[in-house]
Amino acid sequence: MTKQITIPLYEDLLNGFNNTSIHGENETIQEARRNGFESFKRLGFPTRKNEDWKYTGITPFLQEQYHINGIAKEAEISAALINQASIPSLDSYRLVLLNGQLQTPIDTLPDFIRVKSIREAKENVDLVKYFGKNTDVNSFHFAALNTALFSNGLFLEIDAKAILDKPLHIVHAFTATGNLFIQPRHLIVVHSNASLSVIETVVSENPLSKIFVNSLTEVVVEENACFDHYVMQIAQIGTRLVHQTDVSQKRHSVYSNYTFSMPKADLIRNNLHVSLDDDQTETHLYGLYLGEGQQLIDNHSFINHKRPNCNSNEIYKGVLLDKAVGVFNGKVFVQPDAQKTNAFQQNNNLLLSNKATINTKPQLEIFADDVKCSHGATVGQLSKDAMFYLRSRGIGEEAARALLVNAFAFDVTEKIKIPALEQHVNHLIAQHIPVNKN
Amino acid sequence: MLKIKNLHARVEEKQILKGINLVVNAGEVHAIMGPNGSGKSSLASVLAGRENYEVLEGEVDFDGKDLLDMSPEDRAREGLFMAFQYPIEIPGVSNINFLRTALNEIRTYKKLPALDAKQFLRLSKEKQKLVEFDAKLVNRSLNEGFSGGEKKRNEIFQLAMLEPKLSILDETDSGLDIDALRIVASGVNKLRSKDNAFILITHYQRLLEYIVPDFVHVLYNGRIIKSGTKELALELEEKGYDWLKETFQEQTVQL
Repeated sequence: MTKQITIPLYEDLLNGFNNTSIHGENETIQEARRNGFESFKRLGFPTRKNEDWKYTGITPFLQEQYHINGIAKEAEISAALINQASIPSLDSYRLVLLNGQLQTPIDTLPDFIRVKSIREAKENVDLVKYFGKNTDVNSFHFAALNTALFSNGLFLEIDAKAILDKPLHIVHAFTATGNLFIQPRHLIVVHSNASLSVIETVVSENPLSKIFVNSLTEVVVEENACFDHYVMQIAQIGTRLVHQTDVSQKRHSVYSNYTFSMPKADLIRNNLHVSLDDDQTETHLYGLYLGEGQQLIDNHSFINHKRPNCNSNEIYKGVLLDKAVGVFNGKVFVQPDAQKTNAFQQNNNLLLSNKATINTKPQLEIFADDVKCSHGATVGQLSKDAMFYLRSRGIGEEAARALLVNAFAFDVTEKIKIPALEQHVNHLIAQHIPVNKN
Repeated sequence: MLKIKNLHARVEEKQILKGINLVVNAGEVHAIMGPNGSGKSSLASVLAGRENYEVLEGEVDFDGKDLLDMSPEDRAREGLFMAFQYPIEIPGVSNINFLRTALNEIRTYKKLPALDAKQFLRLSKEKQKLVEFDAKLVNRSLNEGFSGGEKKRNEIFQLAMLEPKLSILDETDSGLDIDALRIVASGVNKLRSKDNAFILITHYQRLLEYIVPDFVHVLYNGRIIKSGTKELALELEEKGYDWLKETFQEQTVQL
């Protein structure tokens, strides 16, 4: 493929696939890998000519010589790395994955919840049933690549009617001594009438080595099930995250996603796809991105209303400092069958520096005639009047700025149902704001 | 406490203050009156340190310190408080959290230990009662959705909490009904002491029936053209400002 000529990584990955033994894996997964590979071979890496990548040039992040071993080499896990993920006074179960590999021993979990590495779970009925079913490898470059060459990951399922009493905190830690290209793959199945709350935290270390994480999480929320899905991205400089989440919702289910992209990582690109496959579902997507330095944070979401009487609600807030660049693209698709759809979308941005950039694009495509949809996007700065009001009461400039940024984020942070996490997020925001001097 | 000497200031290209002289001592209440556009609110803004005002000349001494040299937050920490004519709504910042941050920043500046949650709550309850401020409003977002009267009462509640040396009330009476005016005035009266001072900026004599000033000044065209006692306010109420403007213009001609 001529268009990929400048990216040696493309060749390495093609060779990588041919050298990877998929023998011994389940037939469904082998099939998915082959499809993913064929598709990636055809698609290659995206360029700015692809509409979905218009504002996010990925090529500069693909130039390094990356290790692309199917399974990451043995790496040492450090307490300091795990500590980055800790959330003060959070009462939770915890799992740790290092470079996509589930670490043992595992916290004792109730019987109704099962956790396995995805390779180990290869013959699991639900894994075979759901794996790759909701991921479109024909249009999404990184999803195709992940499907072809994923190393390992997590398979998590909670039984029907079960309710986990406290959140499950999954720590995705990444570390490497050289440059590493790593592709974890996860599947979460919430069976009917079950209720689950998961906090995923992505952390990394060693800014000297470049770590490219192309991860993909498939989520299935069965009938009447409820899933609160929190994602905290607090990776370090040198880390590039491309993360796709493919969610399928069944009748009467509720899915809430909260994505917090915090400073430092070189690149964060989130593709969040929610497919409303049945009637009367409820979907909440809340996002907060805080960019500093030269960071590039890109959130692409896609809510696909396929059936009638579904509600979706999306609020993303962005705060950009220094020379950070933000991208928001919120696509809502209302299919001809999806009458009585309620879809609400909002994206607000605060630029705290003259050199920060935001590219925001709400995108509604409606093919049904009895629906209620709205969207809006704003870009602004901190109000001078509000700053003066706070300062005139003795609050210093930095503290005033932090208060106002927290207030800006409030519409999103107040939606967090776990008080310890809400406090932690507010703390992270306040921590990053005062360092900026414009 | 406050000594203003020959203060000149402008906003954008327009000169608004043209030589203000005023001395305010501890224990005193001064009323500043004057027609629209005379520079009353600008004086308050300059003293509080609003950014778009530029001081051209003159000095302001606040308890031995150069007020004009300080940032707005340091002025507040030194004990200056301005009740805003139009308090700002800040959704997402809770009233109580805002006050706690402010109070503790002021205490840190004065090298006092921060109040813990319990102490702060006790103080807040006590002051709410003193200025008759609705407890429900305390926990809401700062001024968000407050009525005009509620916003003004919130300013007085903040004043009570922060215990400043000098308070400047910028048209706090405007837009208040009689009951709200009485509550605001009684709050201020309860907070008056021999150690603090107030500057009331107002259009109407009505407020001064409730808060009796020691001195009344008339500001016109960027200068104080007449000072007197509370009787002056009554005279103004009766005669308006025109007779003063005429005298002032005659004086200017003579000069």
